[in-house]
Amino acid sequence: MNLDFLDFEQPIAELQAKIQELRLVGSDNEINIQEEIEKLEGKSRSLTESIFSKLSPWQISQLARHPLRPYTLDYVERVVEDFEELHGDRTFADDHAIVGGLGRIDGRSVMIIGHQKGRDTKEKIHRNFGMPRPEGYRKALRLMKMAERFRIPVVTFIDTPGAYPGIGAEERGQSEAIARNLWEMSGLRTPIIATVIGEGGSGGALAIGVADRLLMLEYSTYSVISPEGCASILWKDPEKASLAADAMAITSRDLKGHELIDDIIPEPLGGAHRDPDSMARSLRNSLVEALDALEPEPLDRLMENRYGRLMAYGVFNNG
Amino acid sequence: MSWFEKLMPSRIRTEGGNKKAVPEGLWNKCPSCGAVLYRAEVERNLEVCPKCSHHNRIGARKRLDLFLDPEPREEIAAELEPSDPLKFKDSKKYRDRISSAQKATGEKDALVAMRGKLKGADIVACAFEFSFMGGSMGSVVGERFVRAVNAAIENNCPLVCFSASGGARMQESLFSLMQMAKTSAALNRLARRGLPFISVMTDPTMGGVSASLAMLGDVNVAEPNALIGFAGPRVIEQTVREKLPEGFQRAEFLLDKGAIDLIIDRRELRDRIANLLGMMMARNSAA
Repeated sequence: MNLDFLDFEQPIAELQAKIQELRLVGSDNEINIQEEIEKLEGKSRSLTESIFSKLSPWQISQLARHPLRPYTLDYVERVVEDFEELHGDRTFADDHAIVGGLGRIDGRSVMIIGHQKGRDTKEKIHRNFGMPRPEGYRKALRLMKMAERFRIPVVTFIDTPGAYPGIGAEERGQSEAIARNLWEMSGLRTPIIATVIGEGGSGGALAIGVADRLLMLEYSTYSVISPEGCASILWKDPEKASLAADAMAITSRDLKGHELIDDIIPEPLGGAHRDPDSMARSLRNSLVEALDALEPEPLDRLMENRYGRLMAYGVFNNG
Repeated sequence: MSWFEKLMPSRIRTEGGNKKAVPEGLWNKCPSCGAVLYRAEVERNLEVCPKCSHHNRIGARKRLDLFLDPEPREEIAAELEPSDPLKFKDSKKYRDRISSAQKATGEKDALVAMRGKLKGADIVACAFEFSFMGGSMGSVVGERFVRAVNAAIENNCPLVCFSASGGARMQESLFSLMQMAKTSAALNRLARRGLPFISVMTDPTMGGVSASLAMLGDVNVAEPNALIGFAGPRVIEQTVREKLPEGFQRAEFLLDKGAIDLIIDRRELRDRIANLLGMMMARNSAA
């Protein structure tokens, strides 16, 4: 089993292995097997298309957490020019699960803030699996307030399983840190664009997600609790995660259908990790488009619109 | 059986079966100190144990009834009812969970909000009903809270909220999550109008409610020994794989860590909140 492929992608992995094998043979011999390779590649493409055209929400949530999926800094590298990372909350520590800093997109100054996961074991631990502690949210808030002062738009990337459930995090006020960000972001006098690039895990995601534009990459997810968490509470069985994923409407398509997000950014065939460069180009285009729309808005109108968006959240019966 | 019991003739021993002679509900055992208490006395004492001061959980209506002046009272957004945008179904349908919670509590959803007076001064107060699906926050709770904020702005008066909640309501998924942003945004607006918000956290105040409106008080108050936090103790224990310190996430712990301003005994809440608000509103009322 190829670990770079999820279990539902294994048929694709097998084809890819065959192609790889043929390529090796091809370079050894003079036999022309180019045709055969092309045929197999076509087959692999159509197989991928067919698998990806009917992904279940649970499969999408696995893609959102794919070990090869591009993380915030992968996009920063491809989308943001002149990036200077800025560290620390000025009070307690620098939380490595959230990165932030000044940079340029399309020549325009922006404040970048995003969750950051780690690739290998050592980095995963360094980044605390992308689960911020209060100092991470307070660093994010410090940078947002700075952006407001200099009238720089805030661009956030959401990719976290959730805020860290730890003893120290509770002691230092995890709840207050998240709540304060929601409070401040709702009144922050500069445009905010948030994009879910992987996992949008609950309050830990929302704490950098109050925005004038909320975008999602096609195979990202956004939910109030992880499918496993929901399954273990409501079904009393974490194995029922796929049922919970179905029930909760966590995919970009479902959320767009419920008008909870503004736009879906399509991913390359097989997901963002199969072609990070092309994913980054689409992401950049969407961000530039959002900046174009929001930057000319008079601040008072921007704030009124944001407040209106927030107040419109919710579905209920009027008695 | 001890040697003493063996010595005693069985007929003068107290039989366990005798308990049945006491009418149901007349006497209660304190869940904390175990003292057997006369029900009416506990009720007179605002559901606080007269022996050990343990604070029993109380419902939203009772809470507001104890807090507000008897007259006038006007409920806010009582007509709102939950809907089921996702047609959510786990082992049970969300619709069925709603109707059984409604039947059990007599409430339409987990937050009750009222305009009223506190010692003669205008106030808007709301309270979570924990027995309605764990006081969870969905669209109706969020909307009612916002309407309560708007009523406070309209009346130029303070807002007090008594929270008791397990967090966001899973059955409304992202709609619930967004209520955290919605309620926080409304509180930001209240603050800009120079009106105070006092948040009273009661047992328990967790998850999405604690990580939004409950922690945003100008003054954050807790009842003694209330469990307050973001992640539940079991989740934390599973994550960090160590035993949690004694008193972790209790009101006294939060006071010590600087997360809340005050712990106030339920029997003093009315007086002390009125006192605080009197001072906070001094300039506002003079103008």
